Amino acid sequence: MTETLQEETREAPEMPLHMRREGFDPVPEMAALRDDEGVRQVETAFGMPAFLVARHADVKAVLADSARFSNDSRRAFDAPGAPKLSDEERDRMRAGNLLGVDPPEHTRLRSMLTPEFTVRRMRRLEPRIVEIVDDHLDAMEKAGPPSDLVADFALPIPSLVICELLGVPYADRESFQQRTSKLLDISLPMDERLELGRESREYMADLVARAQAAPGEDMLGMLVRDHGDDLSTDELIGIAGLLLIAGHETTSNMLGLGALALLRHPEQLALVRDDPAAVAPAVEELLRFLGIVHSGIPRTTTRDVEVGGIAIPADSLVILALATANRDPRFLADGDRLDVTRDAAGHVAFGHGVHHCLGAPLARMEMRIAFPALLRRFPRLALAVPFDEVEFRAFHFIYGLRSLPVTW
Amino acid sequence: MKIEADRDVCIGAGMCVMNAEEVFDQGDDGIVVVLEVEVPPEHADAAARAVAACPSGALRRVDA
Repeated sequence: MTETLQEETREAPEMPLHMRREGFDPVPEMAALRDDEGVRQVETAFGMPAFLVARHADVKAVLADSARFSNDSRRAFDAPGAPKLSDEERDRMRAGNLLGVDPPEHTRLRSMLTPEFTVRRMRRLEPRIVEIVDDHLDAMEKAGPPSDLVADFALPIPSLVICELLGVPYADRESFQQRTSKLLDISLPMDERLELGRESREYMADLVARAQAAPGEDMLGMLVRDHGDDLSTDELIGIAGLLLIAGHETTSNMLGLGALALLRHPEQLALVRDDPAAVAPAVEELLRFLGIVHSGIPRTTTRDVEVGGIAIPADSLVILALATANRDPRFLADGDRLDVTRDAAGHVAFGHGVHHCLGAPLARMEMRIAFPALLRRFPRLALAVPFDEVEFRAFHFIYGLRSLPVTW
Repeated sequence: MKIEADRDVCIGAGMCVMNAEEVFDQGDDGIVVVLEVEVPPEHADAAARAVAACPSGALRRVDA
């Protein structure tokens, strides 16, 4: 995800329409765009022209069609207003970035990782995730209320899980958490974010070198052992960097924002707390309703196309309004309402098509364990500040909270 | 109800296994394995959900 952000350049100005929210909800203008026009020509945060696609069916159709809608970051680089970087640096930024390549290159990279994220593999991780969640709840209980649920629960749990899985020293978390959070913050100057991207790659290069010297039992070790001949060092660095960011920025924001959404709907919170069968559908509904990845990676058209009856010329940027599509009345009724008892299958929170989130089974497992564990440990969990003082994280590629003060 | 899976299209997202583990599995490569090509009626709903949920479009219902 970082890679695309690094591609976009210039100072971050006004918040792009598809990232604007009122609390949990995309702004009303997004619903109007979806329900009236479907597709609108807009400017990205960096002044590049783009087409914003907001209907569920159109979003799915674009995501399913990687031949006409490319993820290849070289195309985005060539867009007017894109940053001027050396070819060497561009190649290095692109190497191993599954979100910046199309099939067949994407297929080659993804097939090396797919075996590591099977449903069966994830189930094997379950006991360790339960333990990690319990450890953090123990620490919260011991320290006593109040607590910042983001700092004490939502961020550290997925962070530790992905560190162990990947083979990243958890002791380094403070520096990489800060770095990735800033990388994804479009309000920061582009130069600063490019520099953070370079630091990030240097850090991962160090870890890759260590894994190459002595491959461990973690995913980095596996990649070196099983695919060391097929992957360049730059590709290993790219893959590892992407997994580290994707593994903690996403699930942690779902846990924080999801906990807040449940606190605002106490009867639904009680269901998730008390009925084990309610948990899995509730996680899907929270994914749908919160749509924390505002838009994912913009696509670039490889030829003249039509989306929702609107003609889009070749080499145009296409932005997919995932959060708005998840609430499309043509997809499901009353989409602006959180209802953990509904069937939210078909949401596009994890994307769709060949780039569908690789870590989705891991994210689901973490959430299915963490939400009920939190609510059962602290049955009287409550906000420690008025709702309108809760700080949402605007200007960030992934929606979330800065902090979530709670008591019990 | 019959199910066809295209292993060349599958990306190993595992949505089928999550929706209908009696009908689908993933091989060591993570790619779909259809356990029950002829889906027993009691698993037909789950299998249909799996087909709908597949992000890569690798699954297809072949109804007689």
